[in-house]
Amino acid sequence: MASLRPLSRGPFLLLLIFFVFSLSLLRPIQGNGGSDGGGGGEEFSEELLLKPLPDRKVLAHFHFRSAAPPSAANGRHHHLFPKAIAQLVQKFQIRELELSFTQGRWNYERWGGSDPISTRNAKPPGVELWALFDLPTEEIDPTWKNLTHALSGLFCASINFLESPTAYSSPYWGFLSNNGNLRYGALPREAVCTENLTPWLKILPCRDKAGIASLLYRPSIYKGYYHSQRLRLLSSESKGIILEQTLTVVLQPNSYTSSLLSSSDAQLQPSWSLSQLFKKEMTGKCVLAKSSKIFLELERGLLEKIVEIRDDSWIGKFDGQVGSSLYEYKVDNSNENKPLDVGITWKLPLVWSSVHAPFQASRFLMGSGNERGSIAISLQSTQTHDQYFGDLNDCTVPVIVLQVVPWYVKVYYHTLQISIDGKPQTLSDVIEKIQVTPSEDKLLPGTLEIMLRFPCSMLSATLSLDFDKDSYTLTNILQMSYPDYDVSDDSSLLHNLQEKYLVRSYTEVLLVPLTTPDFSMPYNVITFTCTVLALYFGSLLNVLRGGLVRREIISQKDSARPGLVPLYFLGYLPAKE
Amino acid sequence: MANLLIFIADFVTAMLIRATGQKLLLSRRQSLEYLNLPKLVKNSANINAGDLASLIYLWNPLTIVTCLGLCSSPIDNLMVVLTIYAACSRLAPLAAFGYVLATHLSLYPAILILPVILLLGYGPDAPPAKLFLHKSSNSDGKDPSNNDESRSAVTTHKPVRCFSRRPVVHFMIWVSIWSCYVLFLCSIYLKGLGGLQEMFKKTYGFILTVGDLSPNIGVLWYFFAEVFEFFRNFFLIVFHVNILFMILPLAIRLKHRPCFLAFVYTAISAMLKSYPSVGDSALYLGLLGLFANELADMQFSFFLFFGYIGVSLLSPVMHNLWIWRGTGNANFYFATGLVYSCLQTVLIVESVSTMLKHDRMLRKHVIA
Repeated sequence: MASLRPLSRGPFLLLLIFFVFSLSLLRPIQGNGGSDGGGGGEEFSEELLLKPLPDRKVLAHFHFRSAAPPSAANGRHHHLFPKAIAQLVQKFQIRELELSFTQGRWNYERWGGSDPISTRNAKPPGVELWALFDLPTEEIDPTWKNLTHALSGLFCASINFLESPTAYSSPYWGFLSNNGNLRYGALPREAVCTENLTPWLKILPCRDKAGIASLLYRPSIYKGYYHSQRLRLLSSESKGIILEQTLTVVLQPNSYTSSLLSSSDAQLQPSWSLSQLFKKEMTGKCVLAKSSKIFLELERGLLEKIVEIRDDSWIGKFDGQVGSSLYEYKVDNSNENKPLDVGITWKLPLVWSSVHAPFQASRFLMGSGNERGSIAISLQSTQTHDQYFGDLNDCTVPVIVLQVVPWYVKVYYHTLQISIDGKPQTLSDVIEKIQVTPSEDKLLPGTLEIMLRFPCSMLSATLSLDFDKDSYTLTNILQMSYPDYDVSDDSSLLHNLQEKYLVRSYTEVLLVPLTTPDFSMPYNVITFTCTVLALYFGSLLNVLRGGLVRREIISQKDSARPGLVPLYFLGYLPAKE
Repeated sequence: MANLLIFIADFVTAMLIRATGQKLLLSRRQSLEYLNLPKLVKNSANINAGDLASLIYLWNPLTIVTCLGLCSSPIDNLMVVLTIYAACSRLAPLAAFGYVLATHLSLYPAILILPVILLLGYGPDAPPAKLFLHKSSNSDGKDPSNNDESRSAVTTHKPVRCFSRRPVVHFMIWVSIWSCYVLFLCSIYLKGLGGLQEMFKKTYGFILTVGDLSPNIGVLWYFFAEVFEFFRNFFLIVFHVNILFMILPLAIRLKHRPCFLAFVYTAISAMLKSYPSVGDSALYLGLLGLFANELADMQFSFFLFFGYIGVSLLSPVMHNLWIWRGTGNANFYFATGLVYSCLQTVLIVESVSTMLKHDRMLRKHVIA
């Protein structure tokens, strides 16, 4: 047909154009990182550290690190780095941020207090959030408020309770040195559950489907003695954004011998492996990870005599902190057929203790009754005390104590007393620097930052502060569902002069009982009080008026006398005599 | 050092109460003699009101407890009594000093301006002015022979009470001088701490907005702990206006007795103030003794006396049970607070009623 010929060329041309167009669209999707500069340079690495603890438990520390290069453009594409976090950093101008969700208390005596893991990962129970902003001072508080809301939505937690000024404080130098752009808040009562873990895992490139994060068997984690998930952001112009996510879990391995807890000295420590702890073995790394490693840390000297490592495929051995050995396993080589199951078997029972920090910090309440009391912070020197301080005579230890107290607990800072080894000291001898931000009712929590200098040879030191307790009102108690209020813990930073080693430890959360009026009867109280007021008002006015009635009667007899008050007024008042 | 200051303040207060009592007694005797009621002077329980009042003040267990607790209430009380004494003696600068300091230390003595002006204008307590007018008209009408005598009596003994403005004007001037001075000193002292505005916000603002709700012997703390936020401002206004509202009716009825008026104002503010304490009640119980002659046949005196003793004993017990032992409830303690305000109400109402009855009785005697 003559009419069909031009038509047969048209569709062919159309098809050609369509094909070329689709090729140009498809190319960026197929390309690897580095094609258009936006997703370039991002890297992700994952690690897992396993370590047996002295009290028959196992420490598992998951560490995920994502780095994004600096980029000046807004709305860049991300290949591995989570876009939500990058947007957060950009919108709120965050320089540094740390958010941790913790359940359980880190047992400093049994699990150690001075190695980097416990220093950085032993967090207070509940939620702790602190952030350093790159903004002028007056913009920081509204930005903090928006940040808490954004994080609350991102992690399905009630971090938005930290928005009001009564919940956060801005320490000047007690926590980190800063120029007034640090905000610190903590919620000790926040319960942590899988609802918080799932969004945290969603930020990882492989989520929990592949790689080390696939080991996270929820029942094991939440049956543990301590678990803390932490997210840390560091952002700078030169280095870009670095996101570190760590999950620290202390588990009790289930084995038949561990159920007999009568005398742990003579019992064999429970043997464990990944499959026992997490019900799963490593079957391959996350393909997007640059490196994926598992480390097993053992105290030096344990290996040869006491412990047998189950999987022999470790590729490297390093010296870890303070006399331990690290065995490195590479996850790359494992797959479905050749799973990696790291673990140890104990050959002989052993009791040992981990390395402690030079001082053990604890906090407690003194006094009885609901009117007043005292907070006391005590530092006890531990067995490893001598190891830190070589020459005991003329060295001093600087200790920084940061204490944030809510406004309900009215602390009298002038009652600060410090005693070393039981003997009270004059404050000017011991205190090097002190900064107090007193609390204001319903507005600000009270912050105390002290830098103290203790002699190395001291055995114990105690700081005590007196306080008055406030009482509840109906509106306040509706915001908090518990009658006692938590004073979230403080952190003490111990500096060791010789090794420039910063050790941070958190003390316990204090539960302060406050007086509670009877909230079941607001109506009764208001009625009683108003009745008393009405009695006073009515009777007094009645008495004052009472004489006037008589005067009316009298003056009606001799009508020439002018009354004090116009008499027609009296007709309107009820007569009662 | 603080002990000494407080004890001295207490003692001086008692001495000033005694001096005020003596002035009141003198004025009472003069007016009764003028009204030709000498038998009344002999018949009624002629107690030396000044001595009695100062002894009541010094030996009142509430005053002793206040001094032992090292409160600043004795100093507040000293300023109030100083104002009343100076106004009775028509010393305008001293009265202004006492008034300014009393208002500065706690807001409520500001309402004493009315009795002080009446004291300075009219002089100390006396029977109603109408009786004097009646008396003078009667004496003019009845005894024309004694005209010169009675007229001289009118001019020399007890002239008809007219309001003399000069002391009042002096008082106002001195009040402004003293208040400027006090505010000036405060502003110097508080220069680095926020200045005068901060001071007013934290002192007067605190009293008026009732920020702190720690339990005390009043009724406001529990009330404001229970009331909803929406109604809080309304009830604050209600409570404070309750004090202000009674000023005018009382002043109208008791303007011939400004000292008694001051006593009633003190008692009302002690009951309805936002943070009452036993120091305030110590003050008005002491001042109550000044009117022992007029209030001799007060009803319910037995009930009041033992009520005060009972509440003073029970209230600390209930407080201890609630806060220190945790076995009691806030309601126990609040109940004693309610009873205490009921007792104060009864005291105020009965004393006003008795005073008015006394005036009626005088009138009956004069007219009859």
